[in-house]
Amino acid sequence: MSFTLLAVQILNGLQLGVVLFLVAAGLTLVFGVMDFVNLAHGVQYMLGAYLTAIAVSKTGSFALGLVGGLAGSLALGFAFELVLFRHLVRRDHLEQVLATFAVILIVTDLARMIFGPAPIAFPLPAMLSGSIALMPGLAYPVWRLVIIAAGLATAFLLWFLITRTRTGMLLRAGSTHPDMVSALGVDIDRVFLFVFAFGAMLAGFAGAMAGPILSVEPSMGDNVLILAFVVIVIGGIGAVRGALVASLIVGLVDTLGRAFSTDLLRLVLDRSSAAQAGPAIASMAIYLVMAAVLIVRPTGLFSGERVTARSK
Amino acid sequence: MIGDALLSRLVRILVHPATVLAGLALTIALGQILGQSFWVTLATRAAILALAALSLGFVLGQGGLVGFGHAAPFGLGAYAVLIAGELGVREILVLLPAAFAAAALFAAATGALALRTRGVYFIMITLAFAQMAYFVFAGVSALGGDDGMSIAGKATFLGAKFLRWDVNTAWLALGLLTATFLFLSRVQHARFGRVLAAARDAEERVAALGWSVYRVRLVAWILAAGLAGLAGALMAEQTGFVSPALMNWHRSGELIVMVVLGGARKLSGAIVGAVVVVLVEEFLGGVTEYWKLGLGVLILAVVLTRAVDLSALLRRTAR
Repeated sequence: MSFTLLAVQILNGLQLGVVLFLVAAGLTLVFGVMDFVNLAHGVQYMLGAYLTAIAVSKTGSFALGLVGGLAGSLALGFAFELVLFRHLVRRDHLEQVLATFAVILIVTDLARMIFGPAPIAFPLPAMLSGSIALMPGLAYPVWRLVIIAAGLATAFLLWFLITRTRTGMLLRAGSTHPDMVSALGVDIDRVFLFVFAFGAMLAGFAGAMAGPILSVEPSMGDNVLILAFVVIVIGGIGAVRGALVASLIVGLVDTLGRAFSTDLLRLVLDRSSAAQAGPAIASMAIYLVMAAVLIVRPTGLFSGERVTARSK
Repeated sequence: MIGDALLSRLVRILVHPATVLAGLALTIALGQILGQSFWVTLATRAAILALAALSLGFVLGQGGLVGFGHAAPFGLGAYAVLIAGELGVREILVLLPAAFAAAALFAAATGALALRTRGVYFIMITLAFAQMAYFVFAGVSALGGDDGMSIAGKATFLGAKFLRWDVNTAWLALGLLTATFLFLSRVQHARFGRVLAAARDAEERVAALGWSVYRVRLVAWILAAGLAGLAGALMAEQTGFVSPALMNWHRSGELIVMVVLGGARKLSGAIVGAVVVVLVEEFLGGVTEYWKLGLGVLILAVVLTRAVDLSALLRRTAR
């Protein structure tokens, strides 16, 4: 286990972490503000990747394509909310689970129908596709560094939006005291609409960021959705700060676990059993972290930020 | 035009558990007599998934626990059969209890944590733990990893090679389904079942009466998982093949769909829902490769029309 390998894996973990954060941030806001279980959030991640990939290849410009993909994701977020999800917000959780599960089935199949089941190419511009040497002997892909930077910048932007602007104030108030906010003359449904569409855009952004390093295919949202759930359980529902911390924990634990579990097990086991058990134990790691958090704090690390739990 | 009263009586007879179970039995018998092995396979599949859905329906309908990870105990039951087969155990009277125990143990460990939480948390945590089981088995290359592997051979019954014939597996599945239904109906009306249902409606009151709601729910959760494990074991026997795909989270979603389509409040709803979903999948799967789209539209229709369940939707659309 050399230092270079460790550094590369830490950067990979950070990169997975910020992608998860982009997905989980939107999801946790929707949970927190609307008390709405949106399983279809992974679908928005997938659509963001497709829209951006297509926009990039159509316009021939990466920047234009990214803007197009983001605008498309935002528009889809508005459309989903207006057509379907606003009718589900005041239903019970079981109905929300069913309806959004149905949306996954429908949209995934539509994507297969329209784009085909095979992964599509998402080329990066030459400027972003190489590697740079961070230090002697450590070359790292530029695009992954861009993802980390973009994710952290988004986190800062969200922090600013939520704590320093009037919209953020409404959002915080709406998540804890929706009836009071609406009695004060704020159209709470409109707040929900914008939160939802914004969350969809963040998920789409995550898809656009992850697209070039993963394969863009119809079921790409599934795994990310469940990892985002783990993030939210660890971080606490509705807590964006919790989502950031938990995403980085999950990203690092998962990546480092996969990279080093076999080596670590070899210290106590023989070579072949370590090679057998390593991958299985590595894939359990983040769930064990989740279980540990649940034992200590059943409502997540940062759940204190939500004053009261709303009941339906 | 059919009268409303007649129509709703007809629907009630159609979705009665006895009708559905008899229909499955008839399909198996006719399939055997007419040599239509496909009918037998389909009825077996329906009975197995109905058993899994029934176990989920018990905790979801009676207990009010929206578990989104029921594919995990189902898959664990199947893996118990696979692992036992690798160790040379092929006796069905050992395999079924082993599958039950494997699934129940998993549920005891994860349920003890998940049941400390409520609502959205519970849904996400059960889903996450089920996904953990999925990835663990996908990572064990000795059990075929992602691809899965064939079981060592068909099970024996007291040493006799009883399950070598598919039709016997079918009768076993239907028999277990019927027995489980009768057993859970009995539990539902026993004190335990009443406390469970009461805790669903008014948790604080039940707690105030001195019951440990947590403990009652945990026992129900473990029981349901064990029964799902039996279903998984039967699935392994039927297909002769076990892979992590059995535990895919889409299956957890489909099991919830079955329970709700059939009507979650009634125990028998899960059986009806499972048979309907299996038939819909089979029919749509024959027409188009995009059958999940059709299933999704059906689910949306049921949820959005607030028809509550399929029999209500039938009654509404027929009107």
